[in-house]
Amino acid sequence: MNKRYTISVFTENFIGILSRITLIFTRRGINIDGFTASESREEGIYRISIVVTTSEEQIIQLSKQIEKIIDVIKAFYYLDDEMVFQEIALYKIPIDSIDSGLEKVIRQHNARIISAEKDFVVIEMTGHKEETQELLEVLKDFNVLEFVRSGRVAVAKPMETIDKYL
Amino acid sequence: MNDSQIRGAEIVIKSLVAENARYIFGYPGGAIMPVYDALYDYMDQIQHILTRHEQGAIHAAQGYARVSGQVGVCMATSGPGATNLITGIADALIDSTPLVCITGQVVSTLLGTDAFQETDVVGISMPGTKWNIQVRKVEDIAPAIAKGFHIARSGRPGPVLIDITKDAQIALGEFNYVPCLNIRSYRPYPKVEDHIIEKATALINQAERPYVLFGQGVVLGKAEKALRAFLDKTGIPAACTLLGTGALPESHPNFVGKLGMHGNYGPNLLTNQCDVLIAIGMRFDDRVTGDVKRYAKQAKVIHLELDPAEIDKNVKCELAVLGDCKVSLEKLTEKVAKGNHPDWIMKFRELEAEEKRVVVGNDLSPTKVGLTMGEVIRHINEFKADDAILVTDVGQHQMVAWRYFEYKTTRTQVTSGGLGTMGFALPAALGAQLHDYNRQVICVVGDGGIQMTIQELGTIMQTKAPVKVVLLNNNFLGMVRQWQQLFFDKRYSFTELDNPDFIKIAEAYNFKVQKVDERTDLRQAVAEMFVHEGPYFLEVVVEKEDNVFPMIATGSSVEEVRLS
Repeated sequence: MNKRYTISVFTENFIGILSRITLIFTRRGINIDGFTASESREEGIYRISIVVTTSEEQIIQLSKQIEKIIDVIKAFYYLDDEMVFQEIALYKIPIDSIDSGLEKVIRQHNARIISAEKDFVVIEMTGHKEETQELLEVLKDFNVLEFVRSGRVAVAKPMETIDKYL
Repeated sequence: MNDSQIRGAEIVIKSLVAENARYIFGYPGGAIMPVYDALYDYMDQIQHILTRHEQGAIHAAQGYARVSGQVGVCMATSGPGATNLITGIADALIDSTPLVCITGQVVSTLLGTDAFQETDVVGISMPGTKWNIQVRKVEDIAPAIAKGFHIARSGRPGPVLIDITKDAQIALGEFNYVPCLNIRSYRPYPKVEDHIIEKATALINQAERPYVLFGQGVVLGKAEKALRAFLDKTGIPAACTLLGTGALPESHPNFVGKLGMHGNYGPNLLTNQCDVLIAIGMRFDDRVTGDVKRYAKQAKVIHLELDPAEIDKNVKCELAVLGDCKVSLEKLTEKVAKGNHPDWIMKFRELEAEEKRVVVGNDLSPTKVGLTMGEVIRHINEFKADDAILVTDVGQHQMVAWRYFEYKTTRTQVTSGGLGTMGFALPAALGAQLHDYNRQVICVVGDGGIQMTIQELGTIMQTKAPVKVVLLNNNFLGMVRQWQQLFFDKRYSFTELDNPDFIKIAEAYNFKVQKVDERTDLRQAVAEMFVHEGPYFLEVVVEKEDNVFPMIATGSSVEEVRLS
């Protein structure tokens, strides 16, 4: 059965590492739903979060093949309930759509306006994909000019840290 | 400028010398010229073999690596030179062959501008290499080569590519070679866990029909003796994969034969009757398992394997014994109970007798008019030395030669297993021969495959490597034709070849030649070939439409192996 997993990959900062990782998904024809990369707590070690919807069998193989890459230190995989995670979404709305209805929607969804320009405002919301998606549906009545959602930033619930693999 | 500084190109060569590389198989060109210039001063320390095509260079490096156990080195220029290495890189990855490939690259300021002979070889080779890197600074050359050798040869071996820009080759830098011994993100040898060994011991001790399948991991892990000791103590029957062939002498009392699509009858069929399957250094390739859904379902599988990514990849195991199989086997041998399985082995022998009656007899001692590939191998066995190396290409001749060649020692089998690269044999045989001019190297090749790299006859001529080329000519792409006959209603779509006069070609390359198309001449011709000291080319015209059996058709189970 397919489920949504997050693979958390710890790597050296090596040119081409992202290509090597994504090739593993390409080869098996698995679509990447979300992808983020940043430096981890350890200086020089990067942390990549990859969200995919696949079977447990596949996720185990994918993780092992990622870990096989020379410059990968460790790859973990988690189900959604094994992680604390957030995504950020930005919505660009034309200024002439603003009315009291919009303000109510923003409040109800715990979103906020982070920028007000001459012709438009930018609304920001953090949350899970379902939540930012729900706001998008609502905002469609207010003529969304642009929408963007980040990949997942996530920390794992298990207390294991990367130190022991260094 | 400091007096102790040398050019990057010279650092490349000095690094290869520091790694004890004996040969560079290569081909020069614009972006690698500084390295070739530096090489001119080091010809007494490292030998360069000029092949006739970069694909020839890398297959020769593979052949050398496979018989020597050393890292094979090859070199090419940027662009087409580098892309011509790709087939060999893919081949070396899937067959776990240690290689370091060095390619020249355009000067770093031109990268990304579609400069002359620029190609993104790091990008192209990424999925085929164990590791690759582009070096743009002179000070990074030696560390990259050191890291490359370490990665290529350690753990599960594989190919590495190091792309060096021309400006880095020309720039001056210090040479201070520090071998790479450790990379913190890379753990090539998982530790063998004692509690796992105990579990494995218990499973093996209680088995009634245990069965060992061994692959190239035994050879790569230098575990031949450990395997033998384990089999001697336990009395368990053992079969080999294509690349595991030779790791155990075929005369060993527990050896029951070969696995796979064209392997032996009993070893395939009885896979589905064992109760504990002990897989050692093999990866359950689909050519071994047939329909994996009907593969050894009754058995508890114990998988001794170095590469964690192989565990449960194709066949789910009851117990994974991760780590160096030599260590695992030694520990297991110490713990397991002494045993023997005469009734179980007898089952293999019974099926072996049936295979002999139905298939082998007709292959080796045919009564029909046309010559068979099998009888050629029979005569090779008659005259070859015990440690002779057999190099084969891909197709019917590969399967027949593998089935009938008498392998007596390890590292005597060189073939393109995982990738199935036609054109592999001729250059690989050259590389194998260069490891030791005094060993017999027999290159058995088909009329299709030889024409893919036939230009390497020139390299054999130039090196005077005494390779014995045995061309089994049926004027067909035989294996494809066999499939067309069996599965495509005999629609022989583009498999028949109008061939050149191979003898004239070989003569032009200074080979001593002989052509045989009559059974009465065959034995004598093979005998003469082995007596000749230099390169030899024997063409045997064989039956046009013979098939290789036994066979497990695609999608069939191992127990559906057919004898005809």
